Amino acid sequence: MTIALAADERRGGGRAASSARSIGLAVLRRVGYAVGVLWGAVTVTFAALHLKSGGIIDAIIGQAAVSPEIRAQIISDYALDKPWLVQYFDYLGHLLRGDLGHSYNQGMDVTTAIGDQLAPSFELMAAGVVLALVGAIVVALLTANRPRWIRGPFAFLEIVGVSVPAFWFAILLLTVFSFQLHWFPAIGSNSLRGLVLPAIALAVAPGGTLAQVLRDGLERALDEPFVTTARSRGIRETAVLVRHALRHALMPAITIAGWLAGAFLGGAIVIENVFSRQGLGTLTVGGLGRRDFPLVSGVALIAAAFYVVINLIIDAVYPLLDPRLRPAAPTTSGPANAAAASITSTTSPSVSATGADQKGDR
Amino acid sequence: MTSDSGTTTDSRATTDSGTATDSGTATDSGTASLDPAVRPGEPRTLVDVANLHVRFRLGRRAVDAVRGVSLRIDTGQSIAVVGESGSGKSVTARSLVGLAGRGAEVRADRLVIDGTDARALPERRWRSLRGRRIGFVLQDALVSLDPARRVGAEIAETLRAHRVVPRAEVDARVVELLREVGVPEPEARAGQYPHQLSGGLRQRALIASAIAADPALLIADEPTTALDVTVQAQILEMLAARRRAGTALLLISHDLAVVSQVADHVFVMKDGVFVEHGPTRQVLDDPQHPYTRQLLAAVPVAHARGTRLSPQPGGPVAQPRAVVGDEVVLAARNLVKTFALDGRRTLTAVDDVSLELRAGETLGIVGESGSGKSTTARLLLDLERADSGSVEVDGTAWGEIDARTGARLRQHIQVIYQDPLSSFDPRYPVRKIIAEPLAVARVSRAERRSRVLELLDQVGLGRDVLDRRPRQLSGGQRQRVAIARALAPRPRVIVCDEPVSALDVSIQAQILDLLADLQARLGIAYVFISHHLGVIYHVSDRVLVMKDGRIVEAGDVERIFSEPRHDYTRGLLAAVPTLDGAALRPRVEPRPATVTESEGAVA
Repeated sequence: MTIALAADERRGGGRAASSARSIGLAVLRRVGYAVGVLWGAVTVTFAALHLKSGGIIDAIIGQAAVSPEIRAQIISDYALDKPWLVQYFDYLGHLLRGDLGHSYNQGMDVTTAIGDQLAPSFELMAAGVVLALVGAIVVALLTANRPRWIRGPFAFLEIVGVSVPAFWFAILLLTVFSFQLHWFPAIGSNSLRGLVLPAIALAVAPGGTLAQVLRDGLERALDEPFVTTARSRGIRETAVLVRHALRHALMPAITIAGWLAGAFLGGAIVIENVFSRQGLGTLTVGGLGRRDFPLVSGVALIAAAFYVVINLIIDAVYPLLDPRLRPAAPTTSGPANAAAASITSTTSPSVSATGADQKGDR
Repeated sequence: MTSDSGTTTDSRATTDSGTATDSGTATDSGTASLDPAVRPGEPRTLVDVANLHVRFRLGRRAVDAVRGVSLRIDTGQSIAVVGESGSGKSVTARSLVGLAGRGAEVRADRLVIDGTDARALPERRWRSLRGRRIGFVLQDALVSLDPARRVGAEIAETLRAHRVVPRAEVDARVVELLREVGVPEPEARAGQYPHQLSGGLRQRALIASAIAADPALLIADEPTTALDVTVQAQILEMLAARRRAGTALLLISHDLAVVSQVADHVFVMKDGVFVEHGPTRQVLDDPQHPYTRQLLAAVPVAHARGTRLSPQPGGPVAQPRAVVGDEVVLAARNLVKTFALDGRRTLTAVDDVSLELRAGETLGIVGESGSGKSTTARLLLDLERADSGSVEVDGTAWGEIDARTGARLRQHIQVIYQDPLSSFDPRYPVRKIIAEPLAVARVSRAERRSRVLELLDQVGLGRDVLDRRPRQLSGGQRQRVAIARALAPRPRVIVCDEPVSALDVSIQAQILDLLADLQARLGIAYVFISHHLGVIYHVSDRVLVMKDGRIVEAGDVERIFSEPRHDYTRGLLAAVPTLDGAALRPRVEPRPATVTESEGAVA
């Protein structure tokens, strides 16, 4: 087959630049989608407020007691006396300035209310994610393709972990390790010790799922011919697992990461309440109870943003794990098979340019 | 080698041929030296296996993959194990590096690898043998090299595992190895991923990773099966060069012609035992075991043209051929098809292809991967619309007709693919697969049932397959079902796209015979696409040779194969590994008389 260069370009440099440009374009497109999703979430939130039965103003105020002056203030703040299109753009404008509205229940701006609770929640989720990830990888590496007496108990525990509700598991942990053994504090406590039990409780269900998916991926990868080849080179089984199989096993795990992010977020809300921790969860549950509409819709927007960011990261991670998914400069894989020796000139220097730094073992 | 063949469980072979040279074979296993001098204490025998058994336990079922084989490989020897799929040849090879597979039970009276009894060898000791003393090359480097790692890293892995060179020199040695196996621009290639390399380069890189620690024995399991014929010739030459440099070779293949290029000794394997072995020439020229004879007879070679390939009682039987009519059933004029690669570059997959096919005729299209054969097939079938040019089936052109005429036209031209498994719905039973085109043609239910039975008879399948699903069929049965499905709407033309490429040679012989029978009986015309020149020669009346999307040569099959005019055709023909080195070029090099005797005689 003839590969014709439709546009004349300088070999090498031109190709590398075009590859960088195509990656840049891909990134821009993704960010564009992300912004679109966020805009959709904002619009849905706005619509929810306006489609709600009863007065908009009552929804905003919730169960707080407000004076008629403040009521008038709200109407002018939210442009409630103007047509809905004006209200919509007014709402967008506020959001762009980082203003999520005012919670009259809490008596503070929603942005401030959420901002105060973001750190403890983030702490809990980060601890949970690390715990689930490390635990799942270690368990999967240790049990993949192992005899049934090793694999079986772990597989059973994973299923238990996935199926037992997080709050019940949290209570169990509290009963044993706080009330009976007194190893960890039962309530609140922003210390590191106080983080241990909630993080474990949060990590169990997603970690169990992750371990199952990883082990399955590992076992599938270990059946691939390239693993046999790797073994035939005389490398250690650990190297086979970590260097060759794990990377391929991570692909399906990454795919469910978006769903796992939801599990962590939902889990955090429950866990924070069980352990009476500060955080978004406690804030949200409180807000829901008081019908604090501005607060809850603010949290919903933050959650949407969280999802969008996670998915952006997931999309970025795929090509890092699998070079075949990189939008690299066109290569010679398919067409030029016929003459193995003659295809050299058409390969992309850009690949070797980006590759030099990573050559050898990871 | 003492010939002691047989189907008994203890078939022993002892190597006593003096072909092995001790010079330039192996390196010290302790030091980082790459000096190919042999230490005084170096064992001459690399592999000594007696009565090897390998059993796999799958749940409650046990499968005996290898049932008592004996084999000895000395330094510098070149040995081949030939057999069809499921014969146990790969498992035998893998047992020699302790990688028989999960759930494998390996037993042997003697299993001495590199002077060490390997029957109870701990994993750690196996690792020091693998790569260092025995290099292992698997089939199809696309899946045998880790797709997520650069080829340089894969080669470096062997170097690091055995500390062949100091850490700082690893990268330089990788480049050197790639150059050694004939990879151009080795520095750039080392940084590329397997999918960025062509099949030939990938295979070279894989071989480089296997020979990185300069093993005394290189085991190659179907090293050229996925490759084009010219690339295959290059890889075989490379293996031969390794061998000349003193490395012993164990070649595993289904293709007798391939191994005859490289091996001194051939072991023919069937159902887990060696049924015959001996010096390559002797086995090819004077096969003793009926199975070896059957294998040899099934290979489509020059003198087999016009005869049936599958074993016939009483010797070769002439294949009845269809009478080629005057009516043109398929015509393509000046087909051009381009694909956009990345917006700026385009790929001309089919470039000005014209062809004509008459009733009852077989038109062979031969070419290497990427030559545009399959795209041409898709254009003929209207699965893809050409950029310019026209295709006429039975005098009606695709494109200018309404949907209903189009649907009727589709019944006149059918297709058979290489891998029927991927073209069948895995959940459909055979009866439904075959009846599907009939349902489209609005054939009544009762008629459909009787037609399906009739088709089964025509393709030689029993009624027992009717309710089986594709996965429950053997490769040959699947291809028969595919043929039955293609025949169902009584087509004038069947496009066969590599229909026998995935099949063992004896199954291939049956399918080729079946296709020829059907043509003779029903007068169907075939467009027969294959990369295999022997198959093309066997089946075709006329041949098109394609390269880079163009037809470089066209003509009568005898003329093309005896007097190729285009350089590319000549190169293709020269690259074909043949049993006697000349079988496909009878008039260029007269074929030795011995071959006719050995291959003509079928017990």
